[in-house]
Amino acid sequence: MRDTPSTPVGLVTRLAAVAVGVLALAGERATPLAATPDPAAVVIARGFMFAPVSLTVAAGSTVSWVNKDDEPHTVVSDSGLFRSGAMDTNQSFAFRFDRPGTYRYACSIHPRMTGTIIVR
Amino acid sequence: MRTEADESRRRALKCLAFGGAGTLFTLAGGVFTPIDLAVAAAGKTAGAAAKPLFVQISDTHIGFSKDANPDVAGTLGRTIDLVNALPAQPALIIHTGDITHLSKPAEFDLAQRMFAGFRVPELHTVPGEHDTSDAAVTEYFARFGRASGDRGYYSFDHGGVHFLALVNVLEFKPGGLGALGAEQLAFVAADLAARAASTPIVVFAHMPLWTIYEPWGWGTADAPQLTAQLRRFGSVTILNGHIHQIVQKVEGNMTFHTARSTAYPQPPAGEGPGPGPLKVGAGHLAKMLGITSVSVVKHPRALALTDATLA
Repeated sequence: MRDTPSTPVGLVTRLAAVAVGVLALAGERATPLAATPDPAAVVIARGFMFAPVSLTVAAGSTVSWVNKDDEPHTVVSDSGLFRSGAMDTNQSFAFRFDRPGTYRYACSIHPRMTGTIIVR
Repeated sequence: MRTEADESRRRALKCLAFGGAGTLFTLAGGVFTPIDLAVAAAGKTAGAAAKPLFVQISDTHIGFSKDANPDVAGTLGRTIDLVNALPAQPALIIHTGDITHLSKPAEFDLAQRMFAGFRVPELHTVPGEHDTSDAAVTEYFARFGRASGDRGYYSFDHGGVHFLALVNVLEFKPGGLGALGAEQLAFVAADLAARAASTPIVVFAHMPLWTIYEPWGWGTADAPQLTAQLRRFGSVTILNGHIHQIVQKVEGNMTFHTARSTAYPQPPAGEGPGPGPLKVGAGHLAKMLGITSVSVVKHPRALALTDATLA
């Protein structure tokens, strides 16, 4: 854009319309990440809780978990699909979700810490 | 099982020193009575005179290095020296889990090298959830699985006492407590079936075998199915770790007791966001770390539990 200071007003309008359309679509589905795989889907473990406790991503997205507690945590899928090793403070684990579904998980060190990844 | 004896490593650990004050509990008529350890060490109580049948250590958390205790290997070394300096050596040592902090091979290796420094060569272990937190859940079993055929749980006899080593950190219920599982409960039933009710029973597992604080997972969901099997025995001692502090309960002939950690204390139930390391002021840490020793005081009816701190 820097090289084309005389951008036609029509193009800007069309881009804005596309942007509004994407936002509207996201609003309808209540899944802002559903349009394309999200490269930055992150769940934080802090204060013995996963946040967000439920995260919705598009199929093909890679979800990362980052431990912000002094205690180590793990991420273990109820179904056995994925299992991290122990994550010490500031360590992370990532898993790519290719198929739609609801994936529940827990920390095997603190089993009351649970979360859900919903893949659309 | 026995640890690999390694004399040179033992000698290397001999230089570490330990303090002498602490608290000792004897079981008298079902009530724990605290006695100053300095008095006990001077041989002025019956409890101190008894030869310990075994010593329990717990939650060594090798690999932990945060503020609550930057030197957990150092405090384990002091613990080993404390045990080695007991006037009468116990027949065996049990470790109720969380040997390591992160299930890393180097952590297990260091722990095993240090355990070889005990004068008592016989060590029995159960895993804590920190020992099974490697992705493949193989590091603990590769080192300590032989006693149990890689199941983790097993039983043995010593000094007329029957020991059950149980695992309640593998079949956890998401959102809930630890669990033993149907297979292990069936093992216990078969193991106890032929035993006389007069046989003293010691059960040890990492997580408490009664619910101390459910919101923090301080309990075992199917423990009532275990204790139902133990009720007919005249003397049952149930030893756990996990919560890094002493909590005890007497129910009929069953004495429940959790041990201190050798690494760092944790807050009392419900204080703070969760069961994380508790940082205490300088000079207070050693008072919150320690061991439990268990003696037969009125064979075969009663065992006495003694808690000693590193301070």
